[in-house]
Amino acid sequence: MQLKIEPRREISRNLLYLTPFLAVLLTVVTGFVLFMLMGYDPFAAIYHFFVSPLLSLYGLSELMVKAAPLIIIGVGLAIGFRANVWNIGAEGQLTIGAIASGAVALAFWGDTGLWVLPLMCIAGVLGGMLYASIPAFLKTRFGVNEILTSLMLTYVATLFLSTLVYGPLKDPAGFNFPQSRMFTDAALLGVVFDGTRMHTGTIFALLIAVAVWVLMTFTIIGFQVRVVGQAPAAARFAGFSRNTIIWFGLLVSGGLAGLAGTFEVAGPIGQLIPVITPGYGFTAIIVAFLGRLHPLGIILSGFLMALSYIGGENAQVEVGLPQAVTGVFQGLLLFFLLASDFLVRYRVRVVRLVTETAS
Amino acid sequence: MNDPVSTTPARLEVQGVTKQFPGVLANDHVDFAVAPGEIHALLGENGAGKSTLVKMIYGVLHPDEGQIFWNGEQVSVADPRAARQFGIGMVFQHFSLFEAMTVLENIALGMDEPGDMRELADRVTEVSRAYGLPLEPHRNVYTLSVGERQRIEIVRCLLQNPKLLIMDEPTSVLTPQEVERLFETLRQLASEGVSILYISHKLHEIKALCDHATILRGGKVVAECDPDAETAQTMAQLMIGEELKTVSRRAGGNFGEPRLVVEGLHMASEEIHGVDLRNIALEVRAGEIFGIAGVAGNGQNELLIALSGERLAHHAEIIRIDDQPVGRMSAGARRRLGVCCVPEERNGHGAVPAMSLIENAVLSGHHRMELLNSIFIKGAEARRFAEKVVADFDVRTPGAEASAGSLSGGNLQKFIVGREILQNPGVLIVSQPTWGVDAGAAATIHQALNDLASEGAAVVVISQDLDELLAITDRLAVINVGVLSNALVTAEASVEEIGLLMGGVHGLDAHPAAQGGGETHAA
Amino acid sequence: MTDSSAVLVLLTVISAATPLLFAALGELITEKSGVLNLGVEGMMLAGAVAAFAVAVTTGSSTLGVFAGALAGAILAFAFGVLTLTLAANQVATGLALTIFGIGLSALVGAGFVGIAVTPLPKLAIPGVSDLPVIGSLVFGHDALVYLSIVATVAVAWFLKKTRGGMILRAVGESDLSAHSIGYDVIGVRYRAVVFGGAMSGLGGAFLSLAYTPMWAEEMTAGRGWIALALVVFASWRPWRVLFGAYLFGGVTILQLYLQGAGGLDIPSQVMSMLPYLATILVLTVIAAGPWKGRLDAPACLGRPFRPST
Repeated sequence: MQLKIEPRREISRNLLYLTPFLAVLLTVVTGFVLFMLMGYDPFAAIYHFFVSPLLSLYGLSELMVKAAPLIIIGVGLAIGFRANVWNIGAEGQLTIGAIASGAVALAFWGDTGLWVLPLMCIAGVLGGMLYASIPAFLKTRFGVNEILTSLMLTYVATLFLSTLVYGPLKDPAGFNFPQSRMFTDAALLGVVFDGTRMHTGTIFALLIAVAVWVLMTFTIIGFQVRVVGQAPAAARFAGFSRNTIIWFGLLVSGGLAGLAGTFEVAGPIGQLIPVITPGYGFTAIIVAFLGRLHPLGIILSGFLMALSYIGGENAQVEVGLPQAVTGVFQGLLLFFLLASDFLVRYRVRVVRLVTETAS
Repeated sequence: MNDPVSTTPARLEVQGVTKQFPGVLANDHVDFAVAPGEIHALLGENGAGKSTLVKMIYGVLHPDEGQIFWNGEQVSVADPRAARQFGIGMVFQHFSLFEAMTVLENIALGMDEPGDMRELADRVTEVSRAYGLPLEPHRNVYTLSVGERQRIEIVRCLLQNPKLLIMDEPTSVLTPQEVERLFETLRQLASEGVSILYISHKLHEIKALCDHATILRGGKVVAECDPDAETAQTMAQLMIGEELKTVSRRAGGNFGEPRLVVEGLHMASEEIHGVDLRNIALEVRAGEIFGIAGVAGNGQNELLIALSGERLAHHAEIIRIDDQPVGRMSAGARRRLGVCCVPEERNGHGAVPAMSLIENAVLSGHHRMELLNSIFIKGAEARRFAEKVVADFDVRTPGAEASAGSLSGGNLQKFIVGREILQNPGVLIVSQPTWGVDAGAAATIHQALNDLASEGAAVVVISQDLDELLAITDRLAVINVGVLSNALVTAEASVEEIGLLMGGVHGLDAHPAAQGGGETHAA
Repeated sequence: MTDSSAVLVLLTVISAATPLLFAALGELITEKSGVLNLGVEGMMLAGAVAAFAVAVTTGSSTLGVFAGALAGAILAFAFGVLTLTLAANQVATGLALTIFGIGLSALVGAGFVGIAVTPLPKLAIPGVSDLPVIGSLVFGHDALVYLSIVATVAVAWFLKKTRGGMILRAVGESDLSAHSIGYDVIGVRYRAVVFGGAMSGLGGAFLSLAYTPMWAEEMTAGRGWIALALVVFASWRPWRVLFGAYLFGGVTILQLYLQGAGGLDIPSQVMSMLPYLATILVLTVIAAGPWKGRLDAPACLGRPFRPST
């Protein structure tokens, strides 16, 4: 008996969409073992991490609050990833988007016009796009690797935000805390359910995912993105411009990250502070992969990763798990997903070994 | 097989060797034997299973069933290292060389005990002199011509004193003159007792060189023969298994207006070690099939890309389609004017392997077949177009949803050629139109090209298969190191003349002093 | 003897350069074999926290250094299983490695925040180390600084002069050719990847045991990514990696000194942006410049390979 591994002539569609669930299962099992080794009651830990947040209205609404930015950024990144454009600087683009929209909110502080919020959204999107255009320009003009540039710019963006809230945008009446003034009502997203933080941005997140799905599935633009990613030479053969797609991938993902940043400062946070994201821009990379780069899959994976944030907080309160467990879970999940990809592309068969010496 | 009882065992014998790949039985109980000092041909069409078979003998692949005997003893060839220790050397069809490294490093990498590099350099020079294979040990491989690269592979084998030398399609990349030199070397080796396993689908070469031939078809041995006792025709029938079809030729000479005109096309290669196009000029008229011959890697792909619009010329006027300057137009814009194109590489260039045939139909057909409604793809019409290509060109596939990558090479080729022809192009540029397809499908494709020309299209066929070009083109030119020769009328051209052009100025005779002496043959 | 401030500055440059040098040399070997491991940041963090935890727990900084290298190597091995055995996408797996490394190091390090550790001892040679200028510049370092220089020499020698180095380059140049003449492509790549991980781990160990010395979450602050950029900057050549590492060490120290000097009316955060902006600038200059150094990239870099048998 022997295991024989052979490439599939066609990738398995069923497994492509089933393996994310397998990866989640493996992560939970690993978490179980990990909690046991760390000396926690594994059942309680798993329960407070994955189940109990879903049992209260507050937990569910928080899930929505955290899922919104992950979904918005995730669908944007997925467009780029499909074209082999590796924007991993969404965290930075989110930050710049938040700064741009925050600046608008502060500039019109106290204004009650209905146009303040739309203007903030426009500023946020443009800010994210502008920031993503730096790696896009360097990539298309000089061939500089966008992974490194977009990531370096994330560090720069965080420092820039810090410069502002410690400096020009600091609340004059804020006892010298590094934060801006609280935005006024016209600059804040409405709350969907009273008593929760769930804001209208969540609904936008779902609409955006559906719109991107239509774009990627039914239009020549989505088709071009996929061809450029899978077979660059074929794209050129068909007359599709790779540079246009690189710009498109970076601008759309940057713009959506900027919008997510806008929703954060105009939603749950309500002001500019030194840290406005617990790593949404990076977690959205996992969201995109776990959702198989498919906008509808990303909605599901966005909620799951949102759960990992809330579950982490919850488990910290309930059983004293360190918050860092969330990061380990996220990394493990991506590992298991990438490993399970093997099953999508290869077939593993058990064969009887033919006796080589037939004498 | 009828193995005559003899006292000396065969140098190599394989019995019942079988190899299964997903979806294809590459070798099905293959038996044959090679005697010491024999030049033995493995003859078969593309896809007959020749390369798979020799890779198992050399230990790159492992058989699912069957035995290999070396000098009468059953052996198992674990890997190429083990093969080399038995005394088996192999020259690969797609060379196993490292471009950015020197000749000497490449040779050392192919040996198990290369010893001191300085001594090795001396031995390289010595062996290359003895067998008429001039090489400079310290040159980087990317600076060498294809013929020179092949010499590295041969010298690498010879340094290990092989008892069996496997040559996989060695001449597909050589000019006729280089082929003659190679044959002299191989005959010399055979006279010294080295067995040679010579893989080819070229009948005249096998008649000229080999003592014995084993013919493979569809992974099975279908015949053994003495090439001297057979005609090329009879061997071809054994190899192909059916009567050869001939293409119905049109009466030549009645061509219309020029549809594709190229003048003064220069283009630096975008590959690091690629070929630059230099001052290309050609004119193809309505109704004409124009051939471009040449040894692989002399700028064919670069020329195709320049004509299709995947790379732009320096001025619009350099390339004209139907008297319209298109040199600065993108591939998409040229397609709108009627330029369709079949690139040499099917997977990843002519088609996207992971996408369905429907999507691959949209890939190049979205404009000319009107498959778009503003930015939305018309799904039903795309499917109809894909299904028409499948039906008209006899593409064997479970359906139009199947991915391009799941098709066999020949079927995908039929799909791509069909997709381009059905767009009714005014100018069709096609590279290696029948590469990897069986004889029946090749005849179909040739007929379709012929019909397209008859309807008034200008057709450019780029091919390394000289026989193909001689059979279907009206005029042809030869490309060598990025320079295109003047066009010859096919009916008046001789193989020798074309062969000399293929050798061009870059042939073996260009630097006879490379090894310090004009005459490098052993006395 | 008190050294001039210039000597002190140079000493800090050496400290700032050493972790970059370790990580970049390791990545250089990995990339030369044709594998792109973007998880350097994660492996450095794993190395940093493992070294710190072991040094604090056992009291032996030597054991700590070994633990750091081992932690980096283990993470790299996991990367190898995914990308080499299971042929997963190298870019995605490298990102996963970084995310995992950040999370894991934060988890392990949670109990070590704010604890002090004895820094790696300086290897003082009585008499010689007391010489002015030369003494402290050349002879006053800890063992890891010397190891990083030795490693540069060794990597350069290995690649250029040894058969193993030749095979490594061949595997990165053409995996198919190397496989068809009988080299174990996957095996060679595993060794290169694990070596790269161990070197990243050493870089992390230097950070937590000598440079700061302490443990803080995400204390690498992007150094793993800068190391990746250095390999490109150096066009895959060990001596240029050394030069690049010291150049970036210099930029890091420069901005610290400018912040410390205070005379300039520039917010400290803006100064902190310098190393990151310098990385972008350097990558652009290398890509846009007339010297075609980037053409030295191993031809198979980042391409998955799975032999059929």
